Amino acid sequence: MLRFAARRVLLLVPILIGLSILVFLFVRALPGGPETALLGENATPERVAQVRELYGLDRPVYEQYVSYVQSVLSLDFGTSITTRQPVAEEIARRFPGTVELTVTAMLIAVTVGVPLGFIAARRYGSWVDNLSTAGSLLGIAIPVFALGYLLKYVFALKLGWFPTQGREDSLMFRNEHPTGFYVLDGIVTGNPEAAVDALRHLILPALALATIPLAFITRITRASVLEVAGEDYVRTAEAKGMTRPVITRRHILRNAMLPIVTVVGLQTGLLLSGAVLTETVFAFDGIGRFLAQAVFARDFPVIQAGILFLAVIFVLVNLLVDLSYGLLDPRVRTR
Amino acid sequence: MSLSGAEAQETTLSQPEEARGGLLRDAVRRLRRSPQAIVGATLVLLFVFVAVFAPWLAPYSPTAQDLSQVRPGSFPGPSAEHLLGLDQLGRDELSRIIYGARYSLIIGIVSVTIGATVGMALGLLAGAFGGWVDSLVMRGADIMLAVPSLLLAIGIAALLGRSIISVMIAIGVVNIPVFARLLRGAMLSQRESDYALASRSLGVTKGRVVLKHVFPNSLAPVIVQATLALATAITEAAGLAFLGLGSPDPSIPEWGRMLAETNAYLASEPLLALWPGLAIVISVLGFYLLGEALREALDPKLRR
Amino acid sequence: MRNLRRQGVVALGLAGLLVGTAACGGDSGTNDDGASGSDEGGGDTLVFGASADPVSLDPAYVSDGESLRAARQIYETLVTTEAGGTDIVEGLATEWEADEAGTEWTFTLRDGVTFHDGTEFNAEAVCFNFDRWYNFEGVQQSPSVSYYWQTVFTGFATNEDPEQGESLYASCEATDATTAVIELTAPSASFLPGLALAAFSIASPTALEEFGADEVTGTGEEPRFDGAYGLEEAVGTGPYMLESFEPGNRLVMTAYEDYWGDAPAIETIIFRPIADGPARRQALEAGEIQGYDLVDPADYEALEGAGYQLLSRPAFNVGYVGINTAKPPLDNPQIRQAIAHALNREALVQAQYPEGSEVATQFMPPELFGYADDVTEYEYDVEKAKALIAESGVANPTIEFWYPTGVSRPYMPNPEANFQAFQADLQAAGFTVTPQSAPWNPDYLDAVNTGGAGLYLLGWTGDFGDPDNFIGTFFRTDQPSWGTIPQEIQDQLEAGRTETDEAARTTLYEETNRAIMEQLPGVPYVHTSPRLVFAENVEGYEPSPVSIEEFARVSFSD
Repeated sequence: MLRFAARRVLLLVPILIGLSILVFLFVRALPGGPETALLGENATPERVAQVRELYGLDRPVYEQYVSYVQSVLSLDFGTSITTRQPVAEEIARRFPGTVELTVTAMLIAVTVGVPLGFIAARRYGSWVDNLSTAGSLLGIAIPVFALGYLLKYVFALKLGWFPTQGREDSLMFRNEHPTGFYVLDGIVTGNPEAAVDALRHLILPALALATIPLAFITRITRASVLEVAGEDYVRTAEAKGMTRPVITRRHILRNAMLPIVTVVGLQTGLLLSGAVLTETVFAFDGIGRFLAQAVFARDFPVIQAGILFLAVIFVLVNLLVDLSYGLLDPRVRTR
Repeated sequence: MSLSGAEAQETTLSQPEEARGGLLRDAVRRLRRSPQAIVGATLVLLFVFVAVFAPWLAPYSPTAQDLSQVRPGSFPGPSAEHLLGLDQLGRDELSRIIYGARYSLIIGIVSVTIGATVGMALGLLAGAFGGWVDSLVMRGADIMLAVPSLLLAIGIAALLGRSIISVMIAIGVVNIPVFARLLRGAMLSQRESDYALASRSLGVTKGRVVLKHVFPNSLAPVIVQATLALATAITEAAGLAFLGLGSPDPSIPEWGRMLAETNAYLASEPLLALWPGLAIVISVLGFYLLGEALREALDPKLRR
Repeated sequence: MRNLRRQGVVALGLAGLLVGTAACGGDSGTNDDGASGSDEGGGDTLVFGASADPVSLDPAYVSDGESLRAARQIYETLVTTEAGGTDIVEGLATEWEADEAGTEWTFTLRDGVTFHDGTEFNAEAVCFNFDRWYNFEGVQQSPSVSYYWQTVFTGFATNEDPEQGESLYASCEATDATTAVIELTAPSASFLPGLALAAFSIASPTALEEFGADEVTGTGEEPRFDGAYGLEEAVGTGPYMLESFEPGNRLVMTAYEDYWGDAPAIETIIFRPIADGPARRQALEAGEIQGYDLVDPADYEALEGAGYQLLSRPAFNVGYVGINTAKPPLDNPQIRQAIAHALNREALVQAQYPEGSEVATQFMPPELFGYADDVTEYEYDVEKAKALIAESGVANPTIEFWYPTGVSRPYMPNPEANFQAFQADLQAAGFTVTPQSAPWNPDYLDAVNTGGAGLYLLGWTGDFGDPDNFIGTFFRTDQPSWGTIPQEIQDQLEAGRTETDEAARTTLYEETNRAIMEQLPGVPYVHTSPRLVFAENVEGYEPSPVSIEEFARVSFSD
């Protein structure tokens, strides 16, 4: 297992180097070069000269790359053009919000998707099955932002059950945020109302964000349960007279887990980018919305750092998924 | 080697052609029996029909304004003359939705074509040459796939500036590694197949085997992927337009942009948000259903 | 049966998740007892939806509305405007007078005023502030940093840019604790109304020094405020004092106990930045905020119907299609006239602007002296526009037409809609229109201000009640955005600025307005009266044409 893990982690190195090159070249590919990216299109020649000097743009490209990597490793991503604050700080401040949203969305997707897919498979062809199939199709086809509007219109504007936007009620300005995870902060600081308030702000964006993973998890659960249920060992177990719950527990669930875990992992990574749209619809102050605003304002230091950051997180989540295979399925380790 | 010898080999190696024909016939038979395929194909045909014949189907020009009908925050709703009502500038919503299909279709087809041709060319190189070419292409694909696709598309589109062409390129580039990997994988499995090994043993050049046999027989998954990629491309184009990364001309009826615009009237005119939303769902659903049905129909494992 | 039950559990679980959290939070969703999580009681907190964060809470460095709105509550100025108007009334100064030459101004200051940090407000503090602004150097002299100082006082003690004009300000002397004498280098009609601008707020000298208010680095386009002043600290004499400022989240102020005037009725004011107009409305309807500014005209009817109060701010702005007269074919007067005749301004104003908005005929609002009733008007006439194009000799004129994204201004609540309406008008007259767009700040403003945009949407909201603040700001000096402005117009405007006789100024500005509309460096199309909205129980908010509005006068009715 250790050897498998070590190999898998080593494989990460070329990917990370490749990513850094990709993101480094990204800004240099701009028409007008990185000066334009950093200064906008109508900068004065003196300003351009200043920036060239400051960022060493007169040096050979490989030297620039080395200094870029050095600054990234020391967590220096430059200064945002719009907020004029260090990009690293801006990202660090918003990351907990995005994590909170992503985790909530994934919890909804798993707690609803796995049982639903399971029931659909066990009652193959029933109305539940058909409904879940149709539902997951719709979940895949509907754009996150369109669903976001729909949820907002119905549950926030018409019914008034949930707040329309943001991460917490403005009147709760005396809340403390030691961790940056607002629900957790409420619990840690002994302020249950703050925790509930933060949770209420999470529900609608999390629901919107959860649809796609929910659809995929439902489908994959249904498919793998169907496949496993047709395997010989299940038939053998049935022939041996084992009861249904025992078969379900001992054989079906365990063997259907692997593909489900894969999808959950992959979708968790994708949720981070789906957050760009969802956070925008609900004005949820996370990395996604920050990135969307940066795109709108052509704030390239933020776009560059945001993409690198989210891509690295995506890669790391996928690594965790691969490692968890090793735990779930011994065959993977030996390969 | 004599010319006639080569011809002789061609004829003796007709088996994969037959297999392909068989597979196709089989696939069509399956598709005709699958409700999923029928619904998908119907939606896709409807979408393509609307897009192609937009000028004849649309009752009005998508940019013709009648400001006299509009007051701040109140636009005439559905009526006999305007089935879906008017938008904030007094334009016929139905005509805009109909013309919007054109932009979705064009963006979808061009971007998937970019992704598929470049991706296939790279996959072909990797699959045919192997060795360092293969490693280079595949590691490049790995790196691109390490960035979530929407994020990569946003980055590229932001880099290229606001235009429909940028959107097409962005979505196209995102698709390149997918197609490259797919084709290479399919070719590797085909290359080990009996007929390919047989051709090689008969002395047919490697390039010829690849081009004449391995490549055509690897196309099935590419077709499936292209159909599914069209669905994703339409959603992603709408998402980019929603984020303000579409055409700089706001009078162009892109569905994603129309949806973003109606945010301002969500509380009073929710229907204006519903129409472009529905249009996106219908077209995406069509390509998705069709793609899934094709996948099942073309999957050799399911052939009985 | 068993399976059915299990499905029920799933469904119930999901429903429980939805309803449960909704119910738990139900009571904190309404505005009045929402503060139950804090130690503050019911109706003494008001949350106002701002459109953005203040750039800085040091008003000397800002020119954006949100910064000025916040500054207005924390600080006070020597003079201010009467509530709801533009007439100058007493502020921190109770009396003032100028000498014969109009260059020496003596201000008598209010007694017994203290800053929030406990230090005393006196003539020395006033002079400290004026000398601080006058001695700005380096980045502080950038137009984007000290915009209003440069608008009213032109230059600095030592100008970094040799092109910059001589300073209007000469010196300030504290002759006793309550008397400050300010010397000017020349008489100026806009000096006194200018002093009402929040940019000339008197801040605590102790705090300015202690928290490094003058530590500004970076560049003109990207200034960096390194000191804590303006972000963590802001000390004035106003009715509210800064409690906390978290950019992107909220700005909290609480009532200042030792305020010299009437104590504010509401203990805590929170400004919450919500950039998106629809989101502001949604937040109001959900009870998350109790009011916001610049209501989208599209929402008026619905909000009024739902029982909210809409307050109208007197029209003190102009929306115009700017023309860079140096860019062909726009250098051709007939082409400019064709554009003016092609635009259906009436239709746009009727469809996109609230009732009571007026179609503009010139670059300043009718309320202001110097407005001319007899300027050249260009009525909507497509045929005439086509004829003018034919006469101009320009075949198939192509125009780059710019509009900003991500912005809403009182004079253009929805720039995209205005753009599309005018685009269609221009196309109907035979122009080929190339759409160009950029994010409002900085790209769009940069493109326009450097002369990069041919035809563009822009506008202006007046800062104080003087024509110089409208047409003087636009045309008194050469600006690349307009291309070339004839020298006579510039000279007339310069004369208007230094003239101190009101009647003479009126005639001068009327003439200038006629000359400008003859020259046609742009097509003004609207004067609109923007509106604010408040919850039903909010009382006492008085909109001002120049946005000098104090929350200290606001209270809850129940």
